Amino acid sequence: MKKINKVLILGSGALKIGEAGEFDYSGSQAIKALKEEGVKTILVNPNIATIQTSDLLADKVYFLPIYKYFAEKVIEKEKPDGILLSFGGQTALNCGIDLYKSGVLAKHNLQILGTSISAILLTEDREKFAMHLRKINIPTPKSMAARNLNEAIKYAKEIGFPTMVRSGFALGGQGSGIAQNLKELEEIVKHALSFSPQVLIEQYLHHFKEIEYEVVRDKYDNCITVCNMENMDPLGIHTGESVVVAPSQTLNNFEYQTLRNISIKIVRSLGIVGECNVQFALNPEPTHNTPIDLYVIEVNARLSRSSALASKATGYPLAYVAAKLSLGKNLTEIKNKITGVTQACFEPAMDYVVVKIPRWDIEKFKGADEKIGSSMKSVGEVMGIGRRFEEAYQKAIRMLDLDFDGGTSDILLGNGKTIKNLLEVPTPKRIFAIAQAIKENISISTIYTLTGINPWYLERIKNIVLAEKNIPKNIKNLTKDQLLYLKKLGFSDKRIGQFMGQTGLKIRSLRKKYKITPSIFQIDTLAGEFEAKTNYLYLTYNGNHNDITPEKEKGVIVLGSGPYRIGSSVEFDWTCVNVANNLKKYKKSSIIINCNPETVSTDYDISDRLYFEELTFERIADIYDFEKPYGVVISVGGQTPNNRASSLKAYGARILGTDPANIDKAENRSKFSKLLDNLAISQPSWEKVSNIIAAIKFCDRVGYPVLLRPSYVLSGTLMRICHNKEELTRFIEEAAHISKEYPLTISKFIEKAKEIELDAVSQKGELITSIITEHIENAGVHSGDSSIVLPTQRVYSKTERNIERIGIMLAKELNISGPFNIQFLAKDNRLQVIEINLRSSRTFPFISKVTKVNFIGLATDSFFGKARKHEIKMPDFTAVKVAQFSFARITGADPMPGVEMASTGEVACFGDDVEEAFLKAEIAVGGKIPEKGIFISLGGEKNKINFLESAELIAKLNISIYATEKTSKFLSQNGIKTEKLYKLHEKKSPNILEYFLKNKVDLAINIVDANLSKDIDDDLALRRAAIDHNIQLFTNIKKASLFARALSSKNLDNLAIKSWDEYT
Amino acid sequence: MIGKLILEDASEFEGISLGAPRSISGEVVFSTGMVGYPESLTDPSYKGQILIFTYPLIGNYGIPDKKYWESDKIQVSGFIVSNYIDTPYHQEMTLTLRKWAVKENVPFLEITDTRLLTQKIRTKGTMLGKIITKDNINFYDPNKENLVAQVSTKKVIQKGNGKKTVILIDCGAKQNIERSLLKRGVRVITVPWNFDPFDPKVHLRGVPQAQPHLEGGRLKQSESHDSFEVKFDGIVVSNGPGDPKMATKTIETIRKALASKIPVLGICLGHQLLALAGGGDTQKLKFGHRSQNQPCVLEKTKRCYITTQNHGFEVSKIPKGFHKWFTNANDNSNEGIIHQKLPFMSVQFHPEAAPGPEDTGWIFDYFLEKI
Repeated sequence: MKKINKVLILGSGALKIGEAGEFDYSGSQAIKALKEEGVKTILVNPNIATIQTSDLLADKVYFLPIYKYFAEKVIEKEKPDGILLSFGGQTALNCGIDLYKSGVLAKHNLQILGTSISAILLTEDREKFAMHLRKINIPTPKSMAARNLNEAIKYAKEIGFPTMVRSGFALGGQGSGIAQNLKELEEIVKHALSFSPQVLIEQYLHHFKEIEYEVVRDKYDNCITVCNMENMDPLGIHTGESVVVAPSQTLNNFEYQTLRNISIKIVRSLGIVGECNVQFALNPEPTHNTPIDLYVIEVNARLSRSSALASKATGYPLAYVAAKLSLGKNLTEIKNKITGVTQACFEPAMDYVVVKIPRWDIEKFKGADEKIGSSMKSVGEVMGIGRRFEEAYQKAIRMLDLDFDGGTSDILLGNGKTIKNLLEVPTPKRIFAIAQAIKENISISTIYTLTGINPWYLERIKNIVLAEKNIPKNIKNLTKDQLLYLKKLGFSDKRIGQFMGQTGLKIRSLRKKYKITPSIFQIDTLAGEFEAKTNYLYLTYNGNHNDITPEKEKGVIVLGSGPYRIGSSVEFDWTCVNVANNLKKYKKSSIIINCNPETVSTDYDISDRLYFEELTFERIADIYDFEKPYGVVISVGGQTPNNRASSLKAYGARILGTDPANIDKAENRSKFSKLLDNLAISQPSWEKVSNIIAAIKFCDRVGYPVLLRPSYVLSGTLMRICHNKEELTRFIEEAAHISKEYPLTISKFIEKAKEIELDAVSQKGELITSIITEHIENAGVHSGDSSIVLPTQRVYSKTERNIERIGIMLAKELNISGPFNIQFLAKDNRLQVIEINLRSSRTFPFISKVTKVNFIGLATDSFFGKARKHEIKMPDFTAVKVAQFSFARITGADPMPGVEMASTGEVACFGDDVEEAFLKAEIAVGGKIPEKGIFISLGGEKNKINFLESAELIAKLNISIYATEKTSKFLSQNGIKTEKLYKLHEKKSPNILEYFLKNKVDLAINIVDANLSKDIDDDLALRRAAIDHNIQLFTNIKKASLFARALSSKNLDNLAIKSWDEYT
Repeated sequence: MIGKLILEDASEFEGISLGAPRSISGEVVFSTGMVGYPESLTDPSYKGQILIFTYPLIGNYGIPDKKYWESDKIQVSGFIVSNYIDTPYHQEMTLTLRKWAVKENVPFLEITDTRLLTQKIRTKGTMLGKIITKDNINFYDPNKENLVAQVSTKKVIQKGNGKKTVILIDCGAKQNIERSLLKRGVRVITVPWNFDPFDPKVHLRGVPQAQPHLEGGRLKQSESHDSFEVKFDGIVVSNGPGDPKMATKTIETIRKALASKIPVLGICLGHQLLALAGGGDTQKLKFGHRSQNQPCVLEKTKRCYITTQNHGFEVSKIPKGFHKWFTNANDNSNEGIIHQKLPFMSVQFHPEAAPGPEDTGWIFDYFLEKI
């Protein structure tokens, strides 16, 4: 191996369903590992919110799309001698394969570090890989593709019944089924072939266990399995959608070692250097005389979500070690960073159990199907750690931050579906249905039959249910032993109190009276065998001592963001990590609390202390009680920590930054509105109503459209715009329960208003620094889904001055210390404040990286009263941040952004002008420069007229334009040649779907007339079809127009390949 | 029922007594393996010891049929778990752990904070202790006794019918050593720890009657009707409990093997015995190695193997003529020795695994190639 001096690392781009924060973790670790070896690192990743794109990590960062074209340009420019492909998920791997196949790597003499490309290619090809495994006598499930019924029957007979029929190329498992016999097979296959060109006849592994091993190998053939994990859900539910437990609970030594041996055998046969994940299907009830019945179902020759989880579950820094190995290091040369004394060449021993639970936000998508299965829909995950399964499981459920009080929560149940149905059809509700079924005395064996979840787990859940049943009605009857037992099983104070009509705080004080407090244990990778220098901690009631002593005044608690979800993602991890870093300046120890295994903030080398714990009040207070720290930072982890402000203050905790009373003033609509009125700051008219008559009355007074929403939410659940009285009454009748207790907030929705944001840092009411960003989309699209430009392009300087003035006023009025964000509406020089958040916003990494002014650094200074006023020099380039949507994953969902946030991630790119930056950013989130055809459908007269100019630009591209009837007519009248296509429901040829299917369209523009809800429904099928055929879709006129402008003035060749430092 | 673990330093840990309601005493040790409690509990090397499982959930898959055990009974004096699981679910289960322990008259306690116990032993070293369920009893130091004699077979048993024959000196052998040898197609004659295959006067008792008379054996028995002659090609000295220096008879036998250049493989205690027989020395470790994740580097290579271990003593002086074979990557302790010229070798870890990783099974192949 030649000496490697400079390495190109490919990131994974925006967070999306199936590829999330875990690759910020793996990429960051890789960069650190390489830097330690004196290797220069070049990173390509447009995800500006990541920690890996911070200036402390890679030597050079390119905020560019992760595609062959851009990667090649960077290679030409930077001339690296090595490339890492396995640290940026499938995105990086695909890009690397493209680079290899097109000869770019060979041309530039670029060495792929770690696992060889031939091994990667082998694992990526299902059929070839199955053959490879068969050659080394490792079973894989049989699967054959049939194009007609006869073939299907032939294959089914070969495989044997029951058999699984899967329709090829059909989305969401449509047309799949299990055939018990020939007759059933015929039925299913006939149906499936009616819409799909082929069906897969597969061996049916009903309710097999799903087990994974994480294997590490070095080039000297040293091989270890860092961890094994067992899916609580049976085979058929994607591991990203399953409850996952580490280590395995139901395997005996023989099974454990057999699977381990096979994993190692596969990894050796592939010559993996680095990390590899092997997934098994294991028969829980093998037929008599068969010692073991297993199949290998998947192998990932790269860092994956599972490896990130394994890393956090065991404390073993997998990505760091994998990166070192890829440079040719031997496992025995690497120290175990957790213990500081032992080797990386070992297998972690856990003295606790971890439970991972996915976080879904399916209900945020209109029309989405909530069923979970073989493809991912979850947007994040949490990991609970405990010394009993029950403890870890209930913790994890609370960590989801969805108001579940533990494993027995029933808030998702009771929508009319029977318990049996909820058990049988896997959805996010199923784990709660299990507890409910046990409460209803449904037997464990019945639940097992319906769910396929191993009775071992069901018995543990039963244990929780039984313990809860025994909670007395009167607190006087709650004994010390019983309370301790409930805490050992992971019950929260709040939940215990509920059964006795008591608050959590009351239980807390009783607990303290009884001296029942949690123990603080270290995660040391070797179950206490050696004394470890680890900062990795968790709390448990299954212990009687603490492994550590408090930090006291030296410590500052920083609350993390919890699970990634729609509305809160890696940007809040960046902010936490930055606070932790900046605390060093003040000689403070950072104490991070977070529970999300995909984060960098939960890495072993980020904080002085890491509590992998719940962000519930109870748990934060427990840690506060123990550490007795200098203070708590609640303003950098998004809304979750922010929501703990008042309860923590009431508990006596010292909050660093703005006083929680002022946070309340900003978040309580009535208080904030009064405050704005007093300062003569304009705001859209609004009212809180508790009945429908008042609602109608208000709307009649201010005029439609109106925006309806509840307060104290981040992404606006159930937020909605109504354009007329009918919509309003229908919404109130169907979707909203309004009452005095749950009032509805209605505000005037201002159409065609610009949305502008002010992000700032203040200290004791004095503005330290601020920056203004502008949305490309008009108001009506959630700020998290909007495209954001810096510097502003079309904001009057008078408006900007006004914005700054309001920022100064509010900072003073609310006596802000720390980060804050204000959202404004601007129309015709009139400025209105929509909301203020006294915490860092999701744009903080973006603005910090574009301006090179670390807003979080200043915010940290402000917590200590040391911030100095900072003038920001406006960049002489333009940066655009755009949202990443994952609609393709959410079957049935309407892919149209609106007032409810729907995006799962974001990227930002830089350019000389807004067009260049936007075009790069759009490519980075999956868009492309159209080459085949552009489909346009414009609803309503206004949209047609407003888009005409853009359509003219598009017409000059010399690409076929297709349009629906009225749009086609309008464009033709204006001299733009189009081909008319029928709508889907018209069922006439030429039809839109036909053209989508034939791959004739690579860009779809569908602008609906918001006033016509009927149109919206008609176009839904069209939009869905575009997404399902992987066609770039614009539904916002402003965004579509900017894209048209960008297309007309730019092409790939004139997009600058410039690194971050070249811009700033 | 409440039970107590009392340590030599007078510290007491209260727990729930779940096994047989009796008091026992022994040496307290911990094991960090996460899987394989039936194998561990039946491992004769744990004779005289009270075993703490650091993995908190124990009992998950019950207890399988006896044929899967490492010996025919529970060998530990008692054991400690943090969270006993009484609702196991597994195809191979025949009994719950608790029912088994009661049946075998072995006490065990559920003590929540097993991590604290582990840390105590890690810091202060292995200690004597006692599980008290009813009556208090005295401390007892198992290392002062010849534990090997207690756990070794009393019979000579022959199994398999390969061309080559290996004598397995049972100092408390785990069943999987025999299984590992049989799997490789050799005939295995398991003999007691004090059985001297080189002594023509040794009387063999209890040899299964079906044994054929063997031709050309070096070992000849004539006094008993169930005697037989046997020709053997190598000797495997098994694992076993306690202080190796107690097993003087076995050491003598190994000396004879060395003198007659019969290939020898020592495992765990067998490793320590080979070292002693060759003129090396052993000493007690502070708290031993009992886990399934010990990294052992093959000398003069970059290969490291993950091994299962269960020992409280180590080889402190390598005998003349031998060199290091394996070294522990964590604490640099000796993990194996091999003779410079002759086929004598031994490992401190368990190539037979059970429980734990099976990565060093090749040690058996390597040895068998030499015979």
